[in-house]
Amino acid sequence: MSAAAPGPGVGGGAAPALRAPRSIFGKMKDCETAFRAALLQAEAPVPRGLVDGLGRPAGRRYAVYRNNVAVALREALETGFPAVAKLIGPENFAHVAARFLRSSPPGDPRMMFYGAGFPTFLAGIAPLARLGYLPDVAQLELALRQSYHAADAPPLDPARLQGLDEATLMGARLVPAPALQLIRSDWPVLSVHRFTLVAGAPKPAAGAEDVLVTRPALDPQMHLLGPGAGRFVAALLAGAPFGDALEAAGDGFDLSATLSLLLSAGALTDLFLPRP
Amino acid sequence: MSKSIKTAALVGAVAASFAATGVAAQEQEKCYGISLAGENDCAAGPGTTCAGTSTVDYQGNAWTLVEAGTCTEIDLPEMADGSERMGSLEPLERDLPEA
Amino acid sequence: MFDATHALPALPGVGYKAQHFAPIMADPAPVGWLEIHAENYMGDGGRPLAQLRALAERFPLSVHGVGLSIGGPEPLDRDHLARLKHLLGWLNPASFSEHLAWSTHEGHFLNDLLPLPYTTDTLARVCAHVDEVQTVLGRRMLLENPSSYLAFAESTWSETDFLREIARRTGCGLLLDVNNVFVSATNLAYPPRDYIADFALEEVGEIHLGGHDTDADDFGAPLLIDSHGRTVADPVWALLDEVLDRAGPRPVLVEWDNDVPDWPVLAAEAARAGATLTRVAA
Repeated sequence: MSAAAPGPGVGGGAAPALRAPRSIFGKMKDCETAFRAALLQAEAPVPRGLVDGLGRPAGRRYAVYRNNVAVALREALETGFPAVAKLIGPENFAHVAARFLRSSPPGDPRMMFYGAGFPTFLAGIAPLARLGYLPDVAQLELALRQSYHAADAPPLDPARLQGLDEATLMGARLVPAPALQLIRSDWPVLSVHRFTLVAGAPKPAAGAEDVLVTRPALDPQMHLLGPGAGRFVAALLAGAPFGDALEAAGDGFDLSATLSLLLSAGALTDLFLPRP
Repeated sequence: MSKSIKTAALVGAVAASFAATGVAAQEQEKCYGISLAGENDCAAGPGTTCAGTSTVDYQGNAWTLVEAGTCTEIDLPEMADGSERMGSLEPLERDLPEA
Repeated sequence: MFDATHALPALPGVGYKAQHFAPIMADPAPVGWLEIHAENYMGDGGRPLAQLRALAERFPLSVHGVGLSIGGPEPLDRDHLARLKHLLGWLNPASFSEHLAWSTHEGHFLNDLLPLPYTTDTLARVCAHVDEVQTVLGRRMLLENPSSYLAFAESTWSETDFLREIARRTGCGLLLDVNNVFVSATNLAYPPRDYIADFALEEVGEIHLGGHDTDADDFGAPLLIDSHGRTVADPVWALLDEVLDRAGPRPVLVEWDNDVPDWPVLAAEAARAGATLTRVAA
């Protein structure tokens, strides 16, 4: 048989009789290891034993696989982090993505979850340090994606909150929806995100922003939180009782507005009352 | 104590205002961006791109924002545009609320 | 509700894209079934699963996996197999298929369908993996022929014999991607009709079509790329004629994954596949 026998076989049916010795199997694994290793190392030579249809060295044919892997992973990051991509421009993003995908290829085949480590990775890239808000913008984009794919859960019936006496209310635990995400940033993260992706959005002003991501039905929505609301929701997410969350929120906290937001957006799913 | 009594009344009032709220579950998709993020498929990317074969040093720290790793030549007008967009966001002062 | 327990119909289908949900629900003609990529429905909830539930009520579905790495030297990812079992369990699609390829290495998913040498040892490995998948899932699967850009010098089996033997040993069916045949045959310099003549057509449960791009190798020879980003090429349609003339009507799917067009463009491709099926059935 020809050395390269990918096509219709000349007598391929006879081949099974040629049982390869065990040592060949070891070599084959090495060959596949080399194939994988060189995929993400552009400077590595094309692995040996790869040929074209005439038995000549594969050369740039191997580059097709290199390109496929790099492009597919970069595009997954581009679609997952559109604001980050726009903030730093396509060339810079391509470089940063190329570094990330080589150091952190996906850990499982679900591309929808790829890039969970990207915000932290961005924070460690020295030339990006002057864009201090960039990791938080990435975190917000990741939160949107996680919210989009989070489990469905029927919202808490607000009627269950009515008529509770104070002790019961203060000891009650509100259960956040799986799709609820909280981003607490030292930067105006939501304003930067909007300014980047929404035409005509106002220029961000300096200041910290806490952002709540909710999913009332199937589309995640972002809400800018008022004073103390970030601390209140963070406490709820940590499993604190209502009274403790209220205390954590501190002065200037608008409970009515925050509770309205959480209830109307379906961000709460259940209520556990304290034991009497 | 009086504060928490007021809170209980407030919570009841807010809850009452939302007791009849329903959500339209079949509303139109507003998040194509998210729905298309990280889709799996079985197609190959464009074969001519040099994304996988560029020999830029991806491990090193020599890279700067203006010397982006590009496949061919740095496209200066586009880079200038990108830099300007970044520059248009003034450095933002940290204003971390003390917890 | 559609009875999903029978096989895919010998009608044109398309690879489902989320942006086509509304037009498909409004008027799916000429499409008789849909194929989804399994990994896109392994989230916990939200719109993707809501759409899939709605589609499942109206259409026969094929679940097409891209992440099992059946051709790889490593054990199958049990977590991923469990996710697949869960999806197929609640969805109960008419068909499940995967690729003769690998994509995971040392715990890293490379998001591409990578090639393997065809030897007696890799044959045993692939058969073991197919056996495991069919056992865990409790159903027969189809295995798809890949697009090849190069070959392994150590290969001792032809791809057609390799696939036939996998089907014989494991009882799995085959998914014949006619565009992949044309791409691989062009890239590796053999006649695509010979490949079809040697293929175990009796095992084919589904046929794929898709568009490809044209590039060139170091020697200036044509190098076709399986990009799924344009209409199906004319020689691929001609090859489909040949396949259906030999095999009879089968479910035929049009895949379009890059530069996805508006629904009417994809529906027109499906209609062309439908015309071929009608001619063959006559």
